[in-house]
Amino acid sequence: MSSGGKIWAVLQHREGRIHRMGWEAVAAAQELAARFGGSAEAILLGGADIDALAREAAAHDLAAVRTARHPQLSSYTPGGYATTLGTAISAEQPDLVLFPHSYQSVEYVPRIAQATGAALIPEAISSEGSTLESLVWKRPILEGKLHARVRVNGGGPALVTLQSGAFSADSRRRGACEVRPLAPLASVAIDTWREILGVEQAGGESVDLTKAEVIVAVGRGVGGSDKLAAIEALARALKAEIGASRPVIDSGWLPRDRQIGSSGQTVAPKLYLALGISGAIQHLVGMKGSGCIVAINKDAGAPIFKIASYGIVGDLHEVVAAMLAELAPS
Amino acid sequence: MKIVVCVKQVPDTESRLRVAKDGRWIDEEDVAFVVNECDEYALEEALRIVEKVGGEVIVLSLGPARARESLRKALALGAARAVLLAGEAFAGGDALSNGRALAAAVRREDPDLVLTGSQSDDHGFGATGTVIAGELGWPHAWLVMGVEVEEGAFRVTREMESGLNEIFRIRAPAVLEIQAGINHPRYASLKGIMAAKKKEIAELTPADLELDPATVGASGSRLEVLSVDFPESGRTAQILGGDAATAARALVDKLRHEARVIE
Repeated sequence: MSSGGKIWAVLQHREGRIHRMGWEAVAAAQELAARFGGSAEAILLGGADIDALAREAAAHDLAAVRTARHPQLSSYTPGGYATTLGTAISAEQPDLVLFPHSYQSVEYVPRIAQATGAALIPEAISSEGSTLESLVWKRPILEGKLHARVRVNGGGPALVTLQSGAFSADSRRRGACEVRPLAPLASVAIDTWREILGVEQAGGESVDLTKAEVIVAVGRGVGGSDKLAAIEALARALKAEIGASRPVIDSGWLPRDRQIGSSGQTVAPKLYLALGISGAIQHLVGMKGSGCIVAINKDAGAPIFKIASYGIVGDLHEVVAAMLAELAPS
Repeated sequence: MKIVVCVKQVPDTESRLRVAKDGRWIDEEDVAFVVNECDEYALEEALRIVEKVGGEVIVLSLGPARARESLRKALALGAARAVLLAGEAFAGGDALSNGRALAAAVRREDPDLVLTGSQSDDHGFGATGTVIAGELGWPHAWLVMGVEVEEGAFRVTREMESGLNEIFRIRAPAVLEIQAGINHPRYASLKGIMAAKKKEIAELTPADLELDPATVGASGSRLEVLSVDFPESGRTAQILGGDAATAARALVDKLRHEARVIE
């Protein structure tokens, strides 16, 4: 055992592919292990099909890839994952377990913390500190308007979910390592807690926003469905599709197939106009690959301005009206 | 069907936020407080379920005395009564200590179902309902976009990444953490607001819940907030100033001739 601490990175996978955020966790584990002289291991849970994934993971600069194979783990369930990882964490006491802050991990990781007494740091963006035990983590609060610096009280394993993009998957170091089992699971009774019945498209996908070259997207700041006429006119003038952030869809101002973000479509048009969108991370992950991003928002501190090429601080309806006048054929 | 809905009162993030003097939280003076958004959807879902299958909805909160306003609002919308875990002993907790306290209050009610929001708009742990389920030993699901009551079970639709929903059956009793957008929350009627004035808001202490005060609130928390601040301004956007007409003219010009993304 290396003296600098034991760090685990939990991989997430679906349909035979490892999720990019799992590689981000590997990159983070490698970086922290290098900083503190510890060891980094990747953790993989699955059914009979995980050998290929384990080989892919083993082509990295890690101490080992640790696998848990069980028929009840062939599909993700919070029961299966929490029980398996909880047992392994209690038995092996890693100092730090890094997870993607994904729809999957957020569902089951708190349950491991509850069951094992481990500390939980959700949605970490970065860490600072001179030892693994005294790390201070930065995480968003108040819908990303502020950041909090948090520290764990007391010892034992800490479970950290990492915000998408906090670490770069491309920075992970390749190499070669062994694959070995996580913990003897034969005696572990796994209750999945759910009987999976199927998967469906959320609200159909009648509009394919991924093909649009220009997208005019509206956020809560647009103010209501009665305010959309001028936005639609602007979209026509720019030959654009209309998209929206989640609150607009939840309020019923636009149909769900217009939603852009982690629970909607992921787009990368050459021009993205964000109107009254503050820039919550859930939205940013769905559009940050766009070529040119324009942000129009009354709040100068809105996070959207940090990723925009051009910004206008002001009333979006006044700006849209002025843009329409400017774009009108003279 | 007896349903406990956990609701949290949170700062309205549209308020002008300032860092408090001690640097560890926001200055709550002049900040408006609202019911956490996801929790409004959770309450609406609970009300719809009991309207369909019968039963009652009890709202549960953990927070300072001002949280009574949020509970009163829930009572006006149709909850039968409310329970508040108030007082200093419960303050400053993380998801683990808050979940422990809320689970103890749920246990006293012995419901068939607990609904919470998926995430709070203040600390945003996204974990409290899951911890409650763990404390109770019940199954749970997070990001729930649909609930149908079956015999001794619930048929649940859960949001996944990439616009997919997963559908599964989960046995009762369970904790379901509701995602915003599952329904369209109602508004309170005048009649509801009047009726709410007569409804009970019970306040409980750790002793009432047979909890060691050292296990709840800040003393039971594993997470300590050292400081809060506004994200450093790494602004990259070229800000186009002037009035709307000037800014719009500059923008169209830039999009045509600098970025060359429109004709």
